[in-house]
Amino acid sequence: MSKAGIIRASAFFGILALLPLGVKPQWVINLLIFTLMYAALASSWNLIGGYAGYPSLGHAAFFGFGAYFIGIIFENSVGNGYNPFFILPLVGLCAAIISIPIGFIAMKTRKDVFAIVTITLLFMVQTLAYNWRGLTGGAQGKGVAVPPFDPATFGRPYYYVMLILLLTAMSISMYFRRSKIGLSLAAVRADEDKAHGVGIQVTTVKIIAFALSVAIAAMVGAVWGYYEGFIYPQFAVDPLITIGMVLMTFLGGRATLWGPVLGAFILVPAQQYFSYEFGATQFYLLAYAAIFLVIMLVLPRGILPTLTDRIRLKAKIVAEANK
Amino acid sequence: MSALLEVNGLTKKFGGITAVNNCSFEVEEGSITALIGPNGSGKTTAFNIMTGYLKADSGSMNFRGKKIEEPNPARLYRSGLSRTFQQARIFPEISVLENLIVASGYSWKALFGSRTTKADRAQAGEMLEEFKLSTLADFYASELSYGQRKLLEFASVLMSSPKLVLLDEPTAGVNPVMIETMERHIRERNEAGVTFLIVEHDMQLVMRLCNPVIVLDRGAMIARGTPVEVQNNPQVLDAYLGS
Ligand SMILES: Nc1ncnc2c1ncn2[C@@H]1O[C@H](COP(=O)(O)OP(=O)(O)OP(=O)(O)O)[C@@H](O)[C@H]1O
Ligand SMILES: [Mg+2]
Repeated sequence: MSKAGIIRASAFFGILALLPLGVKPQWVINLLIFTLMYAALASSWNLIGGYAGYPSLGHAAFFGFGAYFIGIIFENSVGNGYNPFFILPLVGLCAAIISIPIGFIAMKTRKDVFAIVTITLLFMVQTLAYNWRGLTGGAQGKGVAVPPFDPATFGRPYYYVMLILLLTAMSISMYFRRSKIGLSLAAVRADEDKAHGVGIQVTTVKIIAFALSVAIAAMVGAVWGYYEGFIYPQFAVDPLITIGMVLMTFLGGRATLWGPVLGAFILVPAQQYFSYEFGATQFYLLAYAAIFLVIMLVLPRGILPTLTDRIRLKAKIVAEANK
Repeated sequence: MSALLEVNGLTKKFGGITAVNNCSFEVEEGSITALIGPNGSGKTTAFNIMTGYLKADSGSMNFRGKKIEEPNPARLYRSGLSRTFQQARIFPEISVLENLIVASGYSWKALFGSRTTKADRAQAGEMLEEFKLSTLADFYASELSYGQRKLLEFASVLMSSPKLVLLDEPTAGVNPVMIETMERHIRERNEAGVTFLIVEHDMQLVMRLCNPVIVLDRGAMIARGTPVEVQNNPQVLDAYLGS
């Protein structure tokens, strides 16, 4: 990481770490938790959807898996309230293991077909959540025991855990960029057959990307389920969650470190604002889609890649002029 | 001389058409062998089969004296069989330098290591020198001209130190200076021990560079010999004029 990169990341996480100490209103903390949640989800989606170029629409299935994991284990008691957080690595591990055969099969297809295959997975898991009543409570939902946190700072633990998950997702993203995993994935994204033809272990790198990606999504889902306190199938395994992380990544810039985070920091507050403005109607979804469309028309590759391209072009022109 | 690559009875049908029809030939170690034939005679399809991109309907292949049971592009590449494409295929969104490194045939263990190690950069740097691409090292491959892309693709598939390189029309669509450059690189590498099998429509280049020449027509080998022999073979003339 460059010096500027380290400073940028430290400042970003430093400010976010201090924020809850200064900001008191519950609704602000709540908004921040959801922003961090989507930033982590988008960053994790970027691992497979951005770097590998496999646009999964099934991530909400793993998100829901994480939520139910916590709901089922901690239905009756959460002890001092921190136990569910300590289980998170296990949630991630289980999701990763389950994802290996799924990814192996699903990634035999590509692009739009892959998107359809993965969204089918989402609906299968949703159906399972509705019908496996013994485990999930079906449409009645599943409650999680209430933690004995101080009501005045109730959101704080969730906030910090989401922040840690975002840091984890971004660290993996960084690691991809700096290792041959990222180099191999860039080749896979551009031309997978050619990549295979120059000896790259395409299946291995795709599975690594998919497993790490859904592991984070599942852990985020687990924290969400715990925070909500009640897990309903329509919200835990929700296509809108999938769409959210995809849109944010597209908006900020696929296959970049900061793009998905930027996308989340724009779209989550915007979405909240619109849903507040338009009340309980679903109009906010239209407004949300409209922002996205406008930005994609103006900056088709997303904000960050378009900006870096422009800067690169300028630098080139300056260099030419100085020759 | 012994055969480095041997194909026997390759056949590939696409629906009604037989693109490769019971085709057999060998490529001798150390040679620059040409594979020529009219458009649509199955040259590219034969390449695709030999490099594992396509599964043959029937036939077998030996490479370095071993029967290749299930041709797999990645495994063949790592075992010394490289190829380029008729339409150059490079990775546009990574740099020229990284295009070379990504094609170096690294093992899965290297995946977890650094994106470009010192050794990678040294190896790729030498290749860039050889191909006079050093000044372009940090450009995105998408910023190269078509001729430069063909050169880059050629250079990149040499990164795995192959025994045999299949080139599909290395000079199609590139300018005369680049054709000379390409020819020089092929010769130099051949002198260094690399065997070539080249599909090429530029007959002058074939005459200058290749021996022997294999001629395909409608998916089958119809002639094999020195450039002069092939040029005077009535069956070959027939295939080119009659089709
Ligand atoms: N994927 C495919 N599906 C259907 N038909 C194909 C496919 N690939 C090749 N063919 C057909 O097989 C025949 C052989 O094509 P091939 O590309 O191998 O010829 P070629 O000798 O390389 O020709 P050229 O000199 O024009 O490159 C042609 O009739 C072509 O149309
Ligand atoms: Mg061809």
